[in-house]
Amino acid sequence: MFYAYFRINEESGETMTALLTMTDIDYRVGERKILTKINLRLEKESNLMVVGPSGSGKSTILQIMARMISPSAGQMTFDDHDAFTYDPMVYRRRVSYCFQQPTLFGKTVADNLNFPFEIRNQSVNEARQHELLDQVNLSPDYLSHDITGLSGGERQRVALIRNLVFVPDILLLDEVTTGLDTDNKAIVHGLVDHYRDRGGTVVWITHDESEIAAADDLYEVVAGKHTQEVRHA
Amino acid sequence: MHNAVNVNNVSLAFAAGLVLVALFIGWRQKLGVDRDMIIGVVRAIIQLTIVGFLLKYIFAVNNVLLTLAMILVIIFNAAYNAMKRGKGIPNIFWSSFWSILISTSVTLSGLVLAGAIKFVPSQMIPISGMIASNSMVAIGLCYRNMRTLFRDQRQQVLERLALGASVHDSAIGIVRECIKTGMQPTIDASKTYGIVSLPGMMSGLIFAGVDPVYAIKYQIMVVFMLLSATSLGSVSACYIAYRRFFNDQQQLVTASDNGK
Repeated sequence: MFYAYFRINEESGETMTALLTMTDIDYRVGERKILTKINLRLEKESNLMVVGPSGSGKSTILQIMARMISPSAGQMTFDDHDAFTYDPMVYRRRVSYCFQQPTLFGKTVADNLNFPFEIRNQSVNEARQHELLDQVNLSPDYLSHDITGLSGGERQRVALIRNLVFVPDILLLDEVTTGLDTDNKAIVHGLVDHYRDRGGTVVWITHDESEIAAADDLYEVVAGKHTQEVRHA
Repeated sequence: MHNAVNVNNVSLAFAAGLVLVALFIGWRQKLGVDRDMIIGVVRAIIQLTIVGFLLKYIFAVNNVLLTLAMILVIIFNAAYNAMKRGKGIPNIFWSSFWSILISTSVTLSGLVLAGAIKFVPSQMIPISGMIASNSMVAIGLCYRNMRTLFRDQRQQVLERLALGASVHDSAIGIVRECIKTGMQPTIDASKTYGIVSLPGMMSGLIFAGVDPVYAIKYQIMVVFMLLSATSLGSVSACYIAYRRFFNDQQQLVTASDNGK
C-alpha cells in the first residue's frame, strides 16, 4: 500500500497550470508491482510532499518523474507535452532529482560545482558558485576542499546546490534531510525556500514530522486504483 | 641455417613429459585443474595440427581472397573469446568483432603500406594472429573492468545523469579507465622487452637461425604494431560497449536488467 500527501502552494488555487501530471502510472519489476495506477497533478510553483512507509514506492515515483526509470504503463506530461518526447538529457536539466544519499564525485567541491557548467559546455561562473555556497553557509574557499574531508551535512549541502547551479523548473528531493541535525536541516529548508521564492516547484519525500506538519495542503494517494484527498488547510 | 630448429616426433614426445610435470603439480597440490589441463593440451595439439596443414595449403595457393578469409576467421574466433569476458553486456560479440576488425585492419594496412610486411599469406596470417590475439586480451580486460566499474560507480553515473549529463559525460571516466586497463599490459611488456623477455617473434626468428640484430628489427616492429592494435582495440571496444549499459531513454541499466 502506498500513501502520498501532496502539499500545494496556497496561492495556486485551481487556476494554476499543471507543470507535471501522472496518469495511471504503473511500475513493475518482473512480476512484482511497485506502483499501481498512480495519478497526480503537480501545479506550477507548488510544494508537494510525498510521505509513506519505507518501501512503499515513494522514491520510485520521484525517479519516474525525473525519468531515471520509465513506468511500465501510464502517461506523464511535463509543461503540457508528453514528458517522454523531451530529450532525456534536456528534461533532466529541467526536472532535477537529488538523491537520498548523494555521492560527490571527483576530488574537490569545485569538481562537483563545475560539472553542471562542463556538461553545458559553459565556462565556470565562480560568482554563481560562491552565491550558492553562501546560501548553504559554506565559504567560497570550500571550492578547493577535498570531498573526503566534508561532514555528512556538508556533503548533503554541496550535493543539493549542485542541482541548483542552473535553476531547474522542478526540484525533486528524496529524503534529503534524513539524518541531518537541526542546524543542517534549517540550512536546507532555507535553500529550498529561496528556490521556491524564485518560482521553483518542489516535490519532497520526507519522514520528518515537522516537515509534514508544516504542509498547507495534504492529499493522500493510495497505491492501486484510489486517489483521495485527506486534508486541506 | 644449420642450427635451425628441428623438432622431430620423438623429441616432441619427450617434451610432452613436461605436461606430466604440470599434471603432477596440479594433482599433488589438489588444484583441480587436471581436467582443464588435459583438455587444453589435447585442444592445442588438434588445433595446431589442423592449422599447420591449413596454413601449408593456404601458403601454397597464395590467393588474396583465401588469405583474407583466413584473417576473418582469426578475427571471428578472437571476438568470440573476447565476448566471454563481457558476459551480461548486450550484443557484446559484435562490439568485439568490429573492434578487433578495426584494430587488425588498420594495423595490418599500416605495416603493409610501410613496407614492413608483404601482402603474402605467410606474413599476413601470422601477423594477423598476433594482432588479433593481443586485441582480444586487451578487449577482454576492458570488458571485465567496465563491468566492475559500472557496478562500483553506479551511483556516481546515476548522479551525473540526474544532473542532466549525457550518457557520454556520465560514463567517460569509466571509459577512460577501461581503455587504460586494456593498453597497460602491452605498455608494461614493452618496457621489459630484451631485459626480461625475448618475445615470441624475435625468439622464433633466432630459433630459425636469423641474425639476432635482424630479428630485433622485427621485434621492434611488433612492439609498434601491438601498441597500435591494443590501443585501437581498446578504444573501439570501450566506446561501443559503454553505450550498452544504457537504454534508449538514457537510463542506466544493469547487466541483469538486460536479461543476460
